[in-house]
Amino acid sequence: MDSFSPLPALAGGLLIGLASALLWLGNGRIAGISGVFGQLLPPSRDAIWRLVFLVSLVFGALGASWVFPALGVGGAGGKPAELAGPPSAWGINPILWISVAGLLTGLGTRIGNGCTSGHGVCGIARLSPRSFVAVGIFFGVAILTVAVTGIV
Amino acid sequence: MSTSSRLPYLAVSAASGLLFGAGLYISQMVDPLKVLRFLDFGAIPSGGWDPSLAFVIVPAIAVMFAAVRLGRRRTAPVFEVRFHEPAYKKIDAPLVIGSALFGVGWGMSGICPGPAIALIAFWPSNILVFLLALFVGSYAGGLFTNSSHNRRLALAR
Repeated sequence: MDSFSPLPALAGGLLIGLASALLWLGNGRIAGISGVFGQLLPPSRDAIWRLVFLVSLVFGALGASWVFPALGVGGAGGKPAELAGPPSAWGINPILWISVAGLLTGLGTRIGNGCTSGHGVCGIARLSPRSFVAVGIFFGVAILTVAVTGIV
Repeated sequence: MSTSSRLPYLAVSAASGLLFGAGLYISQMVDPLKVLRFLDFGAIPSGGWDPSLAFVIVPAIAVMFAAVRLGRRRTAPVFEVRFHEPAYKKIDAPLVIGSALFGVGWGMSGICPGPAIALIAFWPSNILVFLLALFVGSYAGGLFTNSSHNRRLALAR
């Protein structure tokens, strides 16, 4: 439990909720990152606001790391960010592991029409049955995957 | 000029993106290893489990839930002619299969699309590999959904 951080989690969660609420009430758009990202690719629909949102997302993370440098990964006073690799006993190339993970994430969120933000935050808040199903499946499968790989 | 390229619309997009990115950093959901420690339910009996992710997503849902209630009392959002609420309601194979594939990718990496983009700010080694693969996967999925799923979406309306 040494890494459990309820207060930053709550504060960050409220900000993510506010971000989603703002985009919904202001522009009538769902703050689902895979959707915002996916529709940026050709044949693109409304590419400008999507690009503005995603670039702002990067600067929001960067700006917060300047204001709270010691909070955790990424900040000047915290650990540098690093990606997870394959289980060491499996002898798999980390680049291959990361590529497959990224590919499955891109493919799955596109086919399934959403990710942790679009289905997980916005869809659950809209009480969408499709999102309840999606969230149950991707959380369940991710938990199973971690149990199988044992990479934690 | 279309609604979505007007200044207030883009300002809302920018403000929302900034808040979202700040939220991902402050909650530390940009840290793939922290997300994996949440997904590691096997560590619950030993006390090594990190429940932080639940403490992020629940308040986020609560705020958005209030916003959705508020929005239902209006006919349209402030800067757009309508709410872009997904019209398609069917629980179908693409939803189930797509979510399962995403679950495998998420469990392998601890990175979902939001943190993947936010991590550009901190540029960990190999993030570009992940982003390129995300791009390719999403594009490939788009080819599939554009041909079959969108046609069904159109028919369903």
